[in-house]
Amino acid sequence: MQNGEIRYSLQPIALVIAETLEAATYAATLVKPTYFKTGSPVASIHASNAKLVEPTRPHNGELKPVLRGDAKAAFASAPVKITETYTHAMNHHNAMEMPATIAVWEADDHLTLYDTVQGVSTAQGTVAAILGLPAEKVRIVNKYLGGGFGSKGAIWAASILTALASKAVGRPLKVAVSREQYFASNGLRDEQKQIISLGATKEGKLLSIVHEKQSATSVTDDYAEANGNILNMLYACPAFETKYRVVRANIITPTFMRAPGEMPGCFAIECALDDLAYKLKIDPLEIRRINHADTDPSNGKPFSSKSLLQCYTRGAELIGWKDRPKTNRATRDGNWLVGWGISTASYPVHSNQGNARARYFLDGTLGVSSAATDLGTGTYTICTQTASETFGVPMDKVKFELGDSSLPTTAISGGSMAAGSTTAAVHAACVALMTKIKKYVVADEKSPLHGANTDDVVLKDEILSLKNDPSKSEKYSEMLQRNKQTNIEANGEGKYGASKEHSMHSFGVHYCKVKVDEALGIVRVEKWVGVHAVGRVLNEKTARSQMIGSTAMGIGNALSEQTEIDLRYARYVNANLGEYHVAVNADTPSDIVIEFIPEEDPHVGGVGAKGMGELGIVGVSAAIANAIFHATGRRLRDLPFSPDKVMA
Amino acid sequence: MKPITYARATDAANATAETGKDPQSRYLAGGTNILDLMKYSVENPDRLIDVSRLPMSDLSMLSNGGVLLGGMMKNSDTAAHAIIRERYPVLSEAILAGATGQIRNMASNGGNLLQRTRCHYFYDIAFKECNKRNPGSGCAALNGINRAHAVLGASEKCIATHPSDMCIALAALDAVVVTSRPNGETRRIPFTEFHLLPGNTPQIETVLERGELITGIELPPASAVPFAAKSHYLKVRDRASYAFALVSVASALQIENGVIKSARLVLGGVAHKPWRSKEAEVALVGKPANTATYKAAAEIALKGAKTYKHNAFKVPLAKQTIIRALEETASMKEVAA
Repeated sequence: MQNGEIRYSLQPIALVIAETLEAATYAATLVKPTYFKTGSPVASIHASNAKLVEPTRPHNGELKPVLRGDAKAAFASAPVKITETYTHAMNHHNAMEMPATIAVWEADDHLTLYDTVQGVSTAQGTVAAILGLPAEKVRIVNKYLGGGFGSKGAIWAASILTALASKAVGRPLKVAVSREQYFASNGLRDEQKQIISLGATKEGKLLSIVHEKQSATSVTDDYAEANGNILNMLYACPAFETKYRVVRANIITPTFMRAPGEMPGCFAIECALDDLAYKLKIDPLEIRRINHADTDPSNGKPFSSKSLLQCYTRGAELIGWKDRPKTNRATRDGNWLVGWGISTASYPVHSNQGNARARYFLDGTLGVSSAATDLGTGTYTICTQTASETFGVPMDKVKFELGDSSLPTTAISGGSMAAGSTTAAVHAACVALMTKIKKYVVADEKSPLHGANTDDVVLKDEILSLKNDPSKSEKYSEMLQRNKQTNIEANGEGKYGASKEHSMHSFGVHYCKVKVDEALGIVRVEKWVGVHAVGRVLNEKTARSQMIGSTAMGIGNALSEQTEIDLRYARYVNANLGEYHVAVNADTPSDIVIEFIPEEDPHVGGVGAKGMGELGIVGVSAAIANAIFHATGRRLRDLPFSPDKVMA
Repeated sequence: MKPITYARATDAANATAETGKDPQSRYLAGGTNILDLMKYSVENPDRLIDVSRLPMSDLSMLSNGGVLLGGMMKNSDTAAHAIIRERYPVLSEAILAGATGQIRNMASNGGNLLQRTRCHYFYDIAFKECNKRNPGSGCAALNGINRAHAVLGASEKCIATHPSDMCIALAALDAVVVTSRPNGETRRIPFTEFHLLPGNTPQIETVLERGELITGIELPPASAVPFAAKSHYLKVRDRASYAFALVSVASALQIENGVIKSARLVLGGVAHKPWRSKEAEVALVGKPANTATYKAAAEIALKGAKTYKHNAFKVPLAKQTIIRALEETASMKEVAA
């Protein structure tokens, strides 16, 4: 709309406003734009007109080539070599809830946006910058989010258009993105190809990893998932090299999608390592142990915590790994071939600082707030739990509020940061509040606790008392009333993942049992075992749900998810949930075992929780590919593994 | 979606007479397809005639021992009916292999027969070429993404496939479509003659005339379809549920002393209509019920298949699915009617 150029199919070119959604939808069909073709679109890295270029417009500098040691020379001289190519279809987030925005101009220079964003604080900054408003004049509200997976991490065109159009019509305005539009409104996971070479000793020890990633990006930005990060740190390997090349295609700019980079990167190395294991007749689990990284090879730092070996062992017990036949095509069950697969999982702790406010009221209610977002993963729950535990009040006395940029600024619910950084902030605020209350009461001349040492003061069941002399006490409410206060308030800043001396990552392992019907091209996942170590598990139930959800999403990625694009028009042909096949319940095994290895991380900060929202999807497709290889002896390298590719 | 009017039909005669006169009207039964098509602006009626409440939502027994499925009977009720499960298991299996529980709860039997193809190029009006939507405009699928498209009986005008699972089973059961015509007459149409191949007029998908209403579907008595008790539906799709068939097979076998006495073999996902292969059925009859026989039949069924850029896999997949379906059918236990 800023100029007449159409860069991709489904690009918004006009916004039609009406009194009802139906009228607006119909009116939009009456808009008849005139346009002319300026050339043939580029739609895919596999298209004959695709041109690979170095990304010169990198995001966060992550796409620079990485060279550690002389990986090419080490590969050339390695006794054992493997080079393979892995491809990955374009994927779309397809959260259940589609993006939507309501804009309300409170005044000419004061905007409130009710918007489906994963982070209200970051959205506030972005919207303010784009509209040229001071941040305090922009308020973003989102109390509940129906899933995001990264698609709602940035501010996209519809949000800004809604704000501008609302101003133009002088009324509050709602814009809802349709399912079809969602395929070109909030980014996507890049279609990509990875060429990976592993050099190793005959004992299976890695000597070199050489990696190149090629992916489709947009004509305006060079976003590409940084797959190299995980390849550089996952296994002990003295030499590493990665580089990125992109095809500038007529698609919307790709964006982060659950475990961006880690997920596809892990697919490539975990499949290649599996190939190496079979080639050397080493057990696939054993080759992962052989190459275990005791320190982070990418930077030489010790890990803040790492319980991967325990994960391997426990998972192997749960899946019955030792009973797995060593060779492939060894287990048959009627028309099914049965196989077992493994993949390591890892996801980094992204450092982030957050803020929270805690207020303890007359009636014993603890109000805690932070501008976090709950994507449906349980942010409300874990923050309530953290406040309850830190401050020593029952859960039902805690009122936790989030999802409003007028609350204390905190991290986005993305990059698996929300749990760690928000609970760190909540913890800090509750500690600060307790200290403040104790200081307040000992300074109060009318209090029986006046003059006491704050360390000797106890606040329990809404009563302030002396630890060693409980007879000296008063009700918290009495103290407040006497001082004509309704509450005492404190702020806290949580430090999460701030250690400079450590490399901080969550680790885990996936094991799965699949069966493959080669005649019909069908793969069924029979059993899943995920054992993870994520520092402190804040809530076993929500944590387990996250892991089951990411396993299901990974199964979709492995077996069925692909956005199909007509190369002639660069237009998607399956932009709907009927034909973009996310995994359904029937694709997901009923037998999913998720366990966490108890782990204390003294360096990660906050309450000791590392991230886990993304960890669970890293390696899922590799574990399935490895299980299919074990079952059939055929290595599939082209995601997704749809019936046409599985059929033999 | 453009503004429309809505009327509720009180009886079949009235509904057919009204609709027959008005080319801008469409029937609304379960609404699981017509409403989607309207949202996509593929169908743009001025008026919807709601026939969902017409009294034809039950299963009734015919005097010849056959069964009449009401045109407005829900797909879920049909699939769950004890008589269908026992005497015509392929029909129950096929219905349950389609869509989702929620959709089957809404979808009517009559409407199921009239589902439009799921060809992407038909559904997305941004593609100018579609001989179904705009006769004479061409076929965008021919050189487009045609992984889901037909390999049998297609024409250069249209390579779309028929989407229903239920219809594949009905074609295997010698079902008869019963209709009410605008002139008040009742018509009985053999199921395999109900749907049409695309030829030069892919926009014409069935033999129904304007306003003609499907009031029921007859299933023959067991004596007329002795293969029905051993009948089976096997569907291969991109995910385990809620996906259209890449290939599906409805198969039925009457086996005596290890020899096939009569058979039905119908393919889904490969053609513009349920693809019954009479040649393959002939090749089965009189032969021993074994894999060699099924393999030979599968080869015959796919004879003359023509593939496009993305769907060549359907030919071997269809053959393998036929063999498996027949193997599984032969091993079924017959449930005494």
